[in-house]
Amino acid sequence: MTGFAVEMSAALNVVLLLMLVAIGLAVAHTRNLLTAILLMSVYSLVSAAWLMVMDAADVAFTEAVVGAGASTIILLGAILLTRGATARVDWRAMVAPALLAVITGGLLIYASLGLPEFGDPSSPANAYVGRMYLERTGEEVGPHNVVTAVLASYRGFDTLGETVVIFAAGLGVALMLGFGPRATLAPAPEKMGDHHVVLRVAAKMLIPLITLYAFYVQFHGDLGAGGAFQAGVILAVAVILYGLVFGLRETIAAVPVKAARSVAALGVMLYAGIGVICMVNGGAFLDYDYLFSPQVEAMIPANLLGDPHEEHHWGQHFGILFVELGVLLTVSSTIVTIFYGFAGRSIDAEEAKR
Amino acid sequence: MTPFDALYAAPAALTAHAPVIVIAAPLVGACAAALSPGARSSWVISVLTTAFSLWMAIALAGEVAREGVIDYALGGFPSPMGIALKVDAIAVTMALLISAMGLMGAIYSGHALLSEVRAEKHTLFQAGYLLCVSGYLGLVLTGDAFNAFVFLEISSIGTYALVAAGERRDRRALPAAFNYLIMGTVGATLYVIGVGFLYGATGTLNMADMGVRLVTLGDNPAVQAGFAFIVAGLGAKAAMFPLHGWLPGAYAGAPTLVSVFLAATATKAAIYLLMRFTFDVFPLDADFGRLFLHGILAPLAAAAAIVCSVQAIFAREVRRMLAFSSIAQVGFILLGFSLATQAGVSAGVFYMVAHALMKAAAFMALGAFAISLKARLLSDFAGIGREAPWSTVAFAVAAASLAGVPLTMGFLGKWSLIEAALQARQAWMVVVFAIGSLLTLVYVGRIVETMFFRAPTPGAPRAKEAPVGVLAPLWVLAGLSVWFGVDATLPASLADAGAAALLGAAP
Repeated sequence: MTGFAVEMSAALNVVLLLMLVAIGLAVAHTRNLLTAILLMSVYSLVSAAWLMVMDAADVAFTEAVVGAGASTIILLGAILLTRGATARVDWRAMVAPALLAVITGGLLIYASLGLPEFGDPSSPANAYVGRMYLERTGEEVGPHNVVTAVLASYRGFDTLGETVVIFAAGLGVALMLGFGPRATLAPAPEKMGDHHVVLRVAAKMLIPLITLYAFYVQFHGDLGAGGAFQAGVILAVAVILYGLVFGLRETIAAVPVKAARSVAALGVMLYAGIGVICMVNGGAFLDYDYLFSPQVEAMIPANLLGDPHEEHHWGQHFGILFVELGVLLTVSSTIVTIFYGFAGRSIDAEEAKR
Repeated sequence: MTPFDALYAAPAALTAHAPVIVIAAPLVGACAAALSPGARSSWVISVLTTAFSLWMAIALAGEVAREGVIDYALGGFPSPMGIALKVDAIAVTMALLISAMGLMGAIYSGHALLSEVRAEKHTLFQAGYLLCVSGYLGLVLTGDAFNAFVFLEISSIGTYALVAAGERRDRRALPAAFNYLIMGTVGATLYVIGVGFLYGATGTLNMADMGVRLVTLGDNPAVQAGFAFIVAGLGAKAAMFPLHGWLPGAYAGAPTLVSVFLAATATKAAIYLLMRFTFDVFPLDADFGRLFLHGILAPLAAAAAIVCSVQAIFAREVRRMLAFSSIAQVGFILLGFSLATQAGVSAGVFYMVAHALMKAAAFMALGAFAISLKARLLSDFAGIGREAPWSTVAFAVAAASLAGVPLTMGFLGKWSLIEAALQARQAWMVVVFAIGSLLTLVYVGRIVETMFFRAPTPGAPRAKEAPVGVLAPLWVLAGLSVWFGVDATLPASLADAGAAALLGAAP
């Protein structure tokens, strides 16, 4: 990079970080929950831009999809059930938390003195394990996006864990919100008024495209930025959009509550199952090199996947493909479950009022 | 050397993968439970997978006794590139404790859930319970700092939902779960910030590798701040005084199954991880390591042992009493660890196991009463000893162990803590142990006296004896408290080997 480009990028960093500080202060200041949620969404979007400037495309993508997209929708669903504003807090009650925040901030600044320069190629994070990943991914995992190789193969156990975290979150929401009167809801939806016609036409055009894009992100994740987490969220957004425009009843008729919950469990099972298959074939848990036993590999028709006599990484390739599929299933159905939990509650609340 | 030396509990092919099977069995079980058709089938899955996990943990204990340390490279990638499970004597002790408690809780849940959680929620509840078991097992078996964060999250998120499920019996479970969620999330965030700093300074996430690289980095501000963040984060998870605010509400409001399992494992797993960082990852000879152990940890632990024992005395509800007592006992355990001697750490581990057994039994007994009686305040329990003798006697045994009556495991634990403190010439600690034990005797005595010797209020609802499905795991736990109080070979040898592994001495 030329000196000018470096300076530009540094200036951009400063501007974006200042924006984050300003938005953060605004969130802390406002008492209106709707404002706070929308500001948080903007915060995520600016973070995504900032991460992009730092060349962390995958993280930026996730932040944009999850932070600015899905979590905003879920939070909006949640405030429908609560008051629109927070109570005014006595300033004396804020002294201790403020002190804690200042101490934490001070500690963070102190710590930054010991961190290497940003982008220093000889820093431990860049020179040690990070460098090993860059050098060895090609020969150990195959020609993948290194980020995907690290997430799905080198640290595939972490990703299994993260998938379980998401499963657990959906389980928690289902346990707390999922058993209202709506659980047995069946009546036919009322005929919709004409004033939603623009929304409906637009949604009908968008939903197939969003779904297609989700699968693009899913399968393109092997090669570039993206992957199953982002794809799962995008896929869920398509369902949620349908729910927002055509109503919850219609959506539940298409994607039943029970189905969404079951698919979330199946996704984790698929991921863990791949690990178990590798173990049964004599490798370690999640060692995709053992995904196909020699007998199975011999049954694969010659040249279907490439020349079997050349060095190949079929196991790694298909292992990553399958576990990413598991992640897609769990993430998308969990977000739909969470949406059902909140949206169903507002219907329950309305019915209780009547 | 240990009773496990000659133990080959499972075929070699399974034992080779035991570290990951211990974690994966309840995890797959959680998915199966969520998919299962009804309450009964999810309970069977829960019992079977936790039993399988315990079996693998026992097999693993034999392997560790012979081999010392077992490294399991997940994905076939050796550390530091891949994630490694690192099973040594202390990790396997924790795994045995957690999987055994997981099984006891699972058996107990068969009857206990019926009265506490709505029937249609049982499948999801069992799934959440198994996720917690799996999460805590992963937390103690992993050798990777970030992987530990992932398991911390799994267990925590599962726990929040399980605590909230107590709302049917007690609406206060909801705010309690929310408090726990906020404290737990702040704790996990602080932890991951700390791990981030350590990664920035060392370039690795493997704890052992980190430890090697940190030897020369003791005065790096990022490392010091990282340590502070990790201590604060795990401290919140371990209910270390003064970060314990979430605990009484959570233990008192949750379904009894959750209180049983949390009391036996949750704070212990966090303490374990904290000690792993203190002794294994951070260079102990560095000034701030000593400063932390003697200057911060020991005084806070002592304060917990005294203050929370007093709070337990003044609590009006029995479950809150036991919850405050748990924070105080965490103080006892941490005091042992803060000595950083073989005797001190060994006593800490021993008392940790002792406390898990007695507190789990005590909460389980309260759950046994809860099946027939809606009792909350201490006075509600008056005379229950005559109505439900088996449960009450089991409670009394657990309480005796808590108070440190001779011939119980609690007595041996307290004795070895005092011995270790004397050996390290920390007389003030002996005083803390003595005062803490006396205070414990006061509230334990009050509960037991009310249960056996007070006449029930006329016209108050009467309790009935609990079914065998509840009494069996209850008496196993209470019985172990006495058995290990008479013959402590097994837990003592595990604690000694565990302490040696933590302190890095030759076993």
